[in-house]
Amino acid sequence: MFAYILRRLLYAIPILIGVNLLTFALFFVVNTPDDMARLQLGAKHVTPEAIERWKVEHGYDKPLLLNTRVTGSAQLTDTLFFKRSAAMFAFEFGKGDDGRDIGNEIRTRMGPSLAIALPVFVVGLLVNITFALLMVFFRATYLDVWGVVLCVVLMSISGLFYIIAGQYFIAKLWNLLPISGYTGGIHGLKFILLPVLVSVVAGIGSGSRWYRTIFLEEIGKDYVRTARAKGLSEIRVLFRHVLKNGMIPILTGAVVVLPLLFMGSLITESFFGIPGLGSYTIDAIQAQDFSVVRAMVFLGSFLYIVGLILTDISYSWVDPRVRLQ
Amino acid sequence: MSLGTFHFVPVLLWTDALIFMLLTVALATVWWIRRHAHLRAPWAAVARRPMAMGAALVLAVFVIIGLLDSLHYRERLDASPPDRPQYSVEVLSVFDALAGRLRTQQEKTYSAPLAMHLYAKEFTERDGATVRDYPRLEYGGAHLKQADEYVPDIVRRVLVGLLQGLASSLLLFGLLAAWQARHRQMRVGSWLSAWETGHLGWPGRTVVIVLALMLMLGAVIARLAAGYHVFGTDKVGQDVLYISLKSIRTGLVIGTLTTLVTLPLAIVLGIAAGYFRGWVDDVIQYVYTVLNSIPGVLLIAAAVLIVQVAIEAHPDLFDTSAARADVRLLALCIIMGVTSWTSLARLLRGESLKLRTLDYVEAARAFGVSHARIISRHIFPNVFHLVLIAIVLDFSGLVLAEAVLSYVGVGVDPAMYSWGNMINGARLELAREPVVWWQLGAAFAFMFTLVLAANLFADGVRDAFDPRLEERQ
Repeated sequence: MFAYILRRLLYAIPILIGVNLLTFALFFVVNTPDDMARLQLGAKHVTPEAIERWKVEHGYDKPLLLNTRVTGSAQLTDTLFFKRSAAMFAFEFGKGDDGRDIGNEIRTRMGPSLAIALPVFVVGLLVNITFALLMVFFRATYLDVWGVVLCVVLMSISGLFYIIAGQYFIAKLWNLLPISGYTGGIHGLKFILLPVLVSVVAGIGSGSRWYRTIFLEEIGKDYVRTARAKGLSEIRVLFRHVLKNGMIPILTGAVVVLPLLFMGSLITESFFGIPGLGSYTIDAIQAQDFSVVRAMVFLGSFLYIVGLILTDISYSWVDPRVRLQ
Repeated sequence: MSLGTFHFVPVLLWTDALIFMLLTVALATVWWIRRHAHLRAPWAAVARRPMAMGAALVLAVFVIIGLLDSLHYRERLDASPPDRPQYSVEVLSVFDALAGRLRTQQEKTYSAPLAMHLYAKEFTERDGATVRDYPRLEYGGAHLKQADEYVPDIVRRVLVGLLQGLASSLLLFGLLAAWQARHRQMRVGSWLSAWETGHLGWPGRTVVIVLALMLMLGAVIARLAAGYHVFGTDKVGQDVLYISLKSIRTGLVIGTLTTLVTLPLAIVLGIAAGYFRGWVDDVIQYVYTVLNSIPGVLLIAAAVLIVQVAIEAHPDLFDTSAARADVRLLALCIIMGVTSWTSLARLLRGESLKLRTLDYVEAARAFGVSHARIISRHIFPNVFHLVLIAIVLDFSGLVLAEAVLSYVGVGVDPAMYSWGNMINGARLELAREPVVWWQLGAAFAFMFTLVLAANLFADGVRDAFDPRLEERQ
């Protein structure tokens, strides 16, 4: 088991290097610091001096890969690649355009992101599994057919609609919950309820339809026939056997998104004014703050890779045959 | 005869060219499928599903509007001399020409659906005194003299529209029945009873009912639109119905052209990885894991920001703002395609891995058949259904993604008509009192109709093509 995990961890390193090189190419080679400066300064104020000044202010005034003005190992280390890109491996993201330390921002914003994303994940999973099991229980009846149609209808509605409708009806018209905002602690609960509710409802359509196919696949297997042949009731078959075995693909599929919950959701957080990583990212995109976007790309990829490793581990834990390959 | 004697000059935008290329490919594929019985069979199964056929009809209406909106031209300026003609910088389409007054009848600012009055109060002179009141609209309900004519006029228009729609669908149905009966050499009466009981071999009842509903809805909207703004007007007073209809093309372009970019990458790399294995597999797997691990929205955002910089650095390349917006739309499609080929590639890799060990592939290899030929003759035809299912399944997701990306600020050009831009523009107006809801409502309604139709059609296609589902039933 240990050797297997070690192998997966070693495999993650070249992928992170690839992500780093790709973002470096996107942000520094295709789109040079001069372009960034021009975009930030606006068309009116573009002079070569202004561009130089902007680059010095934001720490982009170094050569890309090789600094010929200094000697020794500094030739490689005193470059944009080393200072701005390779430094991310040590989680040193530098400062954003607003002068704040990105690493610090990430640490303080992870909490609010998680406060929304984790309940959405857990409640969503429970609700979707319940609906999926209901449809499977009534399979091949009109209840199932119309359940699937309802799922398709629900997943055809834009996610933005759920948010806007939720905010308008629940918060504005009926005054049940605050429209947006966030505070920590127990008083923050009232701010969390609406975004969680909206996100869970928005996910019901695709989620329960997906789980329904998983359960249906399970229900066609031989062990279910055996269980029925033993005389077990349909409910017992469903809950004791199908649910248990169907949970394996569902949970291992969920493991990969688990670390990404830290990143929060761009749209939900920005609509509900949650000071999490999602709204941080969207603000950075809209302000064209490239250093923050770059940091978030790296963080997102890192968390995704952590998720992949966790998935592999959970697979090999559930099914030991995987390890031997 | 020189081009200068015409009253317009055709404009071929990049996406237009690709759309018509796509249309040609699609028609060629249809022709190809019709000639082969084994390819025709699953499509015949799709055609037997009522839900899929109803959805296909709705999709067809959207596609026709989108295609009409892709035939672009620029009008000649009246003042320009015939020997040296100058053309308007405004790029119009055949759809604009058909929409006619819908495009040109612009009010001052917001007005509610079917309203006679503007949304905001204004100071107006009346009987010598200045009063603050809602002014009448310039075009919406302008034919009415008194306010009490309003309700009867609306009711009359709705009824006339319904009757027109009903009459034309009855006429069409009659023609269909006559043609079908003749085609099958049976009496019209027996065809009708076969239609009524659903024994036609195709979902005749659903098709006719959906067609009739669409005709009636279209006729009612057309009747109302002749005198009112059916979905109201937006901030600058433009008709929301017109904007929503114009946005259809943007949605379709994003849904289809993105897949066009995805397909070659996914097919070539996916099959190559699965078929050749070894280092080819390692390299391709590495590339797609790297791409996959970057959060999609962020990768798209980064790439779009870069394209934006490039477009702004070369303003001389585009002669009209439409051409600029179009290039940005195309760039968005390419970016979304490059970031989203990985899932299909992974699927195709897995399938090719399985296929390459099958006896007939091994036999072909033993006979010395070249790799290219094995892939094109034995592997590709057997994974084609996966490609097809991916095309239809991805479409609706891409249409929905456009709205989200426009909200984030990395979607289509802000000057372009799109549902995402409509939602983005109307979102802030929800705080106003009374609420400006019609712009949001129209955008969501159109988007929902297109995506629902696409999803239902995709379900039908998937059920017909996925061999695993058949085994289960």
